[in-house]
Amino acid sequence: MSQWEIVIGLETHAQLSTHSKIFSGASTAFGAEPNTQACAVDLGLPGVLPVPNQGAVERAIRFGLAVGAQIAPMSVFARKNYFYPDLPKGYQISQFELPVVQGGSMTIHTAAGEKTVRLTRAHLEEDAGKSLHEDFHGSSGIDLNRAGTPLLEIVTEPDMRSADEAVAYARALHGLVRWIEICDGNMQEGSFRCDVNVSVRPFGQREYGTRCEIKNLNSFRFIERAIDCEVKRQIALIEDGGAVRQETRLYDPDRDETRSMRSKEDAQDYRYFPDPDLPPLRIDEAWVREVAAGLPELPAARRVRYQRDLGLGAYDAGLLTASREAGDYFEALQRAAPGVDAKVCANWVNGELAAALNRAELDFTASRVTADRLAGLLRRLADGTVSGKIAKEIFELMWTEGGDADAIIDARGLRQISDSGALEAVLREIVERSPAQVAEYRGGKEKVFGFFVGQAMKATQGKANPAQLNELLRKLLAG
Amino acid sequence: MNLDTLLDGPLRGLAGALARREVQAAEVARAYLDRIAAANALLNCFITVDRERSLHEAEAADRWLDARAAGGADAPASTLLPPQLSGLLAGVPVAHKDIFCAEGWRTTCGSRMLENFVAPYDAHVITRFRAAGAVTLGRANMDEFAMGSSNENSWFGPVRNPWDTSRVPGGSSGGSAAAVAAGLAPAATGTDTGGSIRQPAAWCGVSGIKPTYGRVSRYGMIAFASSLDQGGAFARRAEDLALLLDVMAGHDARDATSAVRQDGSFTGLLGQDLTGLRVGVPRDWFGSGLAAGIGTAVQAALEQLQRQGCVLVDIDLPASRHAIPAYYVIAPAECSSNLSRFDGVRFGHRAAGYRDLTELYERSRAEGFGAEVKRRILIGSYVLSHGYYDAYYLQAQKVRRLIADDFTRAFASCDLIAGPVTPTSAFRLGACNEDPVQMYLEDMYTIPVNLAGLPGMSIPAGFDNGLPVGLQLIGPWWQEARLLQVAHAYQQHTDWHRARPAGVPGVSA
Repeated sequence: MSQWEIVIGLETHAQLSTHSKIFSGASTAFGAEPNTQACAVDLGLPGVLPVPNQGAVERAIRFGLAVGAQIAPMSVFARKNYFYPDLPKGYQISQFELPVVQGGSMTIHTAAGEKTVRLTRAHLEEDAGKSLHEDFHGSSGIDLNRAGTPLLEIVTEPDMRSADEAVAYARALHGLVRWIEICDGNMQEGSFRCDVNVSVRPFGQREYGTRCEIKNLNSFRFIERAIDCEVKRQIALIEDGGAVRQETRLYDPDRDETRSMRSKEDAQDYRYFPDPDLPPLRIDEAWVREVAAGLPELPAARRVRYQRDLGLGAYDAGLLTASREAGDYFEALQRAAPGVDAKVCANWVNGELAAALNRAELDFTASRVTADRLAGLLRRLADGTVSGKIAKEIFELMWTEGGDADAIIDARGLRQISDSGALEAVLREIVERSPAQVAEYRGGKEKVFGFFVGQAMKATQGKANPAQLNELLRKLLAG
Repeated sequence: MNLDTLLDGPLRGLAGALARREVQAAEVARAYLDRIAAANALLNCFITVDRERSLHEAEAADRWLDARAAGGADAPASTLLPPQLSGLLAGVPVAHKDIFCAEGWRTTCGSRMLENFVAPYDAHVITRFRAAGAVTLGRANMDEFAMGSSNENSWFGPVRNPWDTSRVPGGSSGGSAAAVAAGLAPAATGTDTGGSIRQPAAWCGVSGIKPTYGRVSRYGMIAFASSLDQGGAFARRAEDLALLLDVMAGHDARDATSAVRQDGSFTGLLGQDLTGLRVGVPRDWFGSGLAAGIGTAVQAALEQLQRQGCVLVDIDLPASRHAIPAYYVIAPAECSSNLSRFDGVRFGHRAAGYRDLTELYERSRAEGFGAEVKRRILIGSYVLSHGYYDAYYLQAQKVRRLIADDFTRAFASCDLIAGPVTPTSAFRLGACNEDPVQMYLEDMYTIPVNLAGLPGMSIPAGFDNGLPVGLQLIGPWWQEARLLQVAHAYQQHTDWHRARPAGVPGVSA
């Protein structure tokens, strides 16, 4: 395996979050009764004409700016001609020679470090409808609700060298399109789906190997699995003296394998040509400036700021910028708890809170513990009212039962025992009833110290101030 | 006033008599419907006539006119049209080329593919005519999907030229042109992709105008070649066309190629003097390809314009000799894609007894389309194919640019261009069946205008062996009003547009 270098490029279809379709006024909402959201234009009735949706163009500009690409002052809609029952006009309106977004790049982070993935282009196009093969006997149904839904197809250069990198890219892109609010990122509903181009070549070889395209992967796990099995398949094929055939393949998650869909020889001639119904799409600088002014702080910039200004590590900064909501929560927490160290805030957001959200399958905006409430808890931790251990218990209570930290501390008597007289009395008693352990300790068996800490925590129900406990205990045991 | 005199007079006179309530819209509609009933079996101008529906529309116009005449509340006319146009043609019957979708009317586009297609919506042009109060007189015959120059390519049979019923009326808007020529309609809509208004207007001896590309919305007009298609109109007189264009033209947000213009009424220059207007004459167009009788008639028309104060200047349009090859790359390329939607899946003809999807497509399209449509789909698919695109499609687009540049240069030295519409006059039915290229050549003087997107007209300018001859007027972009001014002035001094074919059943000549 090690002699083979893997080369991967991705094409991602991100459904743009416009209310209406890319060339008609029909709604794009998901899940409606079949064919209730398809107007005359979507049905491709004789005589109808497309009119571009400015909102879709604006989202393409947002994306281009966010990846540092060039926004083409003039781009062209082209027709991709082929027959299929769910393609009402017999052609898809897309962009071919002159796409709206040209170039740009994304930075990804993997265990191997940081890497730049170059983007080739991103272009606007319309989605097709859906063929429904179940529920019909001896025939197929067509649902054209999805026909005309706006898509941005984002194409990378073949810059990725492992499934890890491909997934990191897909996750970063997924995070970005949601961050700049151009796509809801819902992968189950097909709002974000990837085609993966995979080839292998011996390390050191300049030319790329023959690639296969694996279509329509709608989860990060499938991307990883599909690449792994495709790489294995290609290497085995070559090592057996065969050759990879350029083709389009499908990943079957049930059998965990890729299957040929069509070969290059079967590839259709799409007879692309500029759509005469649509004048070239012109975007002037003023529009680009206006869109730029409305962009939020981008994840890469935020990540740098967290590391440089707040002193967070790469891992924490990465997690906090995986989504805009995570960072927004973190910043709200910081504002509400000004005295608390940024690293402590980051630890709690990425630790307890993220775990709880994960278990409940919620995102940051739906957290049961608000940033203000969590700030209340962290203040009590910082001022020594509770220990870290107790704080975690309080967090659990806040999560499951609601309420704020102070109320829970008071109601349950969870205040840390920091009165040295009271603590010393408890410790003396433990020492007196444990002569054997005291002897062991004094004989040099340091480990027995833990026994005394355990006993003390048990006696105080965990409320002993740990630092104070250690200090007093050492003094007592020293005799 | 005698009803026949009114029906054959200017549209403005008819609209005025209706507005003054001197005549009822239902009466006018009935008179035309009677003529159609008598003549259509011979001429086949109409694919669909729906007497009841037309009369129903006419009665609605009468109620509206009555209310307005009584000084009652303002008419229920839509806000689509500016007030001066709302109800402008109330009660005036108009025949529509069967290419404009009209809710409730069967819209066949001359094809078996759409034999039973009833559009669920109105084309923008239809919406505007409805808002103006016009009455739909029927659906005019045409070459299938507007492909043809003789109207022989209609699934519903050929139209016959009222001047000589052994001859074709021209195409593709042959039904519209023949209906106006025969007196079966005072006005008709058409479309012109490579000459489909001007050529049949010339051969039938009526006036026709193809506006600047982008002037009339293409929404609801079934597409042949989107970058060339343009809606326009037929009538007897240029002044009628100005009125029709006032109603038809105007920006439509549903057509991304529809222009936003503030040019004022197309009647604006009617009646103005022609003195000093420079008329460009493309001398190359008077060469050996032009029938002698047509050359003579057109030359006489130019001299008439000169007598009325125009100055003739020679111009050169060298690239126009490449217009036909360029057109027969671009138009088929676009049509091969535009007609893909006719696949038998959602609407239109579906073959019976197909075994699988491929057979459903193949048989539905093989049965639904006629030979000329198939020929152009094949040509278009070929020129767009991988490896051929640059040599054909891109090259044709370059030629198109050169042709437009020629016109731009020409208009630096003239205000409009005048010349022949067609190289020959109407041929006999079947004469070009074996040679489509001969038929394509009929459009050599009209196609350059479409490729450049310019406005063009054809007006009656005499006869060649008893068959009408047209004079073509070509204007700079957006200058339809200038063309109409010149055509109207010419018609004030000539009678060619008044000539009527004899022997149309049900119509007294």
